[in-house]
Amino acid sequence: MAVEICIDVQDLSYAYHDGRQALRGVNLRVRPGEKVALVGPNGAGKSTLLLHLNGILRGDGGVRVMGQAVTEPNLARIRAQVGLVFQDPDDQLFSPTVFEDVAFGPLYAGLPEEEIRRRVAWALAQVGAEPYAERVSHHLSLGEKKRIAIASVLSMEPEILVLDEPTAGLDPRTRRRLIGLLQKLSQTLLVATHDLWLVAEVFPRTVVLDEGQVIADGPTEELLADAVLMGAHGLEVPHCYLPHAERHHG
Amino acid sequence: MLASGILPSPAPMHIPDGFLSIVVSAICWVLTAVGVGVSLWRSGKTLGGRQVPLMGVLAAFIFAAQMLNFTVAGGTSGHLIGGALAAILLGPWAGILTLTTVVAIQALVFQDGGLLVMGANILNMGIISVLVAYGVYRGVTALARGQRWGLFVGGFSAAWLSVVIASVATAIQLAFSGTSPLGVALPAMAGVHVLIGIGEGLITVGALAFVAAARRDLLPALSGVEGGPSDKPVRGLGWAAVGLTIALAVTLFAPLASEYPDGLERVAEDLGFGEAALDAPYAIIPDYVFPGLSEESPAATILAGIVGALIVAVLGLGIAAAVARLRKRAVLQEIGD
Amino acid sequence: MGLRIHALDAYRSGDSLVHRLDARVKLVLAVLFIATAALTPDGAWPAYALLAALALGVILLSRLGVGFVYRRSAVALPFALAAVTVMFSTPGQPLLVARILGWDVTLSDAGLVRFVSIVLKSWLSVQMAVVLTASTPFPGLLQAMRSLCLPKVLVAIVGFAYRYIFVIADEVMRMMRARAARSGSREGRGGGSVFWRARVTGGMAGNLFLRSIARSERIYEAMVARGYDGEVRVLRPPSLQLGDVLVALLFVLVLGAVQALAQLF
Repeated sequence: MAVEICIDVQDLSYAYHDGRQALRGVNLRVRPGEKVALVGPNGAGKSTLLLHLNGILRGDGGVRVMGQAVTEPNLARIRAQVGLVFQDPDDQLFSPTVFEDVAFGPLYAGLPEEEIRRRVAWALAQVGAEPYAERVSHHLSLGEKKRIAIASVLSMEPEILVLDEPTAGLDPRTRRRLIGLLQKLSQTLLVATHDLWLVAEVFPRTVVLDEGQVIADGPTEELLADAVLMGAHGLEVPHCYLPHAERHHG
Repeated sequence: MLASGILPSPAPMHIPDGFLSIVVSAICWVLTAVGVGVSLWRSGKTLGGRQVPLMGVLAAFIFAAQMLNFTVAGGTSGHLIGGALAAILLGPWAGILTLTTVVAIQALVFQDGGLLVMGANILNMGIISVLVAYGVYRGVTALARGQRWGLFVGGFSAAWLSVVIASVATAIQLAFSGTSPLGVALPAMAGVHVLIGIGEGLITVGALAFVAAARRDLLPALSGVEGGPSDKPVRGLGWAAVGLTIALAVTLFAPLASEYPDGLERVAEDLGFGEAALDAPYAIIPDYVFPGLSEESPAATILAGIVGALIVAVLGLGIAAAVARLRKRAVLQEIGD
Repeated sequence: MGLRIHALDAYRSGDSLVHRLDARVKLVLAVLFIATAALTPDGAWPAYALLAALALGVILLSRLGVGFVYRRSAVALPFALAAVTVMFSTPGQPLLVARILGWDVTLSDAGLVRFVSIVLKSWLSVQMAVVLTASTPFPGLLQAMRSLCLPKVLVAIVGFAYRYIFVIADEVMRMMRARAARSGSREGRGGGSVFWRARVTGGMAGNLFLRSIARSERIYEAMVARGYDGEVRVLRPPSLQLGDVLVALLFVLVLGAVQALAQLF
């Protein structure tokens, strides 16, 4: 299904149960194929915003995904189109084996058994985790779990991938491997992250969120090099944008 | 005596295979199936889709919480079985499901408890302990009418009694199977668990205090109490406290009194228990003669004591509840409701 | 107790015949063995010997190591203390009279036979249970339980519990280490009263409880994000192989023979 805008958030506001305002009139438009980074200090509302994209949270305002409103009748389809990868892979890998976790999405989409097995094999291959199929999740390292969490979402063949802090907690080598994976993916990407080096390397567009509002939305090079902007919202200019530093490539 | 120091499990209550007869095992399985079935149904209705992840993670919590230990005086280590905590925090049905899961995993992974006798283990630690704890807790908090002490007294007594009663059930199952005569199993199990129950009570209260402070809304007894006017429930409190104190005293001091047969006979007669109650279960066990089992034996005393204590407690609570209701009605009539 | 959590995987990988046998068959056969042991009358020594031989055969076939299985099955033995008194309470020919704690007790031959029978039943049963869990990955056991018609929801809950015990246990370890780090005392004496210590421990339990609830919410969201609708669904398991069925039949025949032999006594 070809749409012009695959994520369309209009004037979205959301308050927690205790009254705190998490989002204030957020506007965001993402086109198919774009790679967008969402940055901001802790508590800015990044995760809250992401949870609106597949209807787990419902706020005031309009959210349309792949042209459909995020409302009850469309949820099943939207959830197959938006793959949400959470911050803690232990929350996402809840089945007894890796295979069952990656098969979960297709299974609940009602696909036939043959197709499920095909998709699991494909998704595991995409993230380089084929040998892990019969493993039990709790034995795996953080990096392996993060990759398999991505596989568990890829098996649904979503158009859009949304990731919350994908590189958090990873050692340099594992992080490099994950970045390689992200660069390989063809889906539309929306990633919330503190890893500004990752943003500089992989994401051409950046959205800065603070206190529930979109502060800035534009080309990564411009935003991340703006020391005043970065400083005002609890962020730092990554070294690669500092004029006197050498450019580092990974 | 089974000393908890010898046994590697958190509580010496996990019966291994081979210790119960097939008949006793089967009966326990039937009772367990009914209990678990009802719990699945009831908690499914309240929790809906959340049932599986919530119950699963909470069972894992109970399991991990059993690792928390502290040293009680006397060298034994206190551990948490979790029946009362689960019952109070989750309600009876979810409590039964989580404890059932814990017992199943203990048996399957650690061989803590057998496979064929799992029905009995679930019945004791998952169903009896949870239901006893829940009953006591609701009774006490109803009496307390929303006051904070209800949480602590209710939590402690629920935890303690649930552990003791579960151990008594275990002893009875062993006796019916002919594995251990009631005359020995009961004092051994109950004796040890009277101590273990104290540890369980303390940890339970500590946990409840934390949850009450951090997330009051999770404790149904404290929020939304149908309390009438905050009348001094001294009468109700008084009855319950006196009754329970007597009951506990009888139970705990009964073994000491065994040297004085007269005192025992008096107690047994006062409570209405003569030979009739004691004969009945033993008649089912063929070919066994229990040494010295008469009114003077520790088993008879303790059994009578515990049952007597329960009856006194129930009577006390009943009287207190009736008094409270009468007072409420009187006050409401005054207001002209 | 902390060590036990890291031994949470009872499974020891291997490629023996027992490992390869279908999990459903293994569970059923293990339960049948335990039932046979339970039904074997006291003192039917030839039957017990056969059962022990059968158990030993299975252990050898599984290549798990006799020492390993015997060590693991020792967990049932302390409970044998519960049965000790049966030696003194069963009527029969007196073998020994003793005075213990002020009571006269008589050890009878029937009592001794009964005691030894109980210990044997138990020990053999636990051996089979150990072989079962050591040769079968836990997801296989879950599958087996579903096939035995245990409720799907309950098996799913057990699966989740198994998955998250490790995660939450890690949190407990961290909490206990933090507590130990703050519990230094002079002269090695623990500080604080029992009540204080219990309250601290209870506080940790309460904290853990709230974190567990929060985690289960996040897990539910993750499930919903992948299409969970409240129904428990699983892939169909592979069908039983002929080999599995044949082994099952053979085992059942042997158990039947043991029972018949036992009843002759």
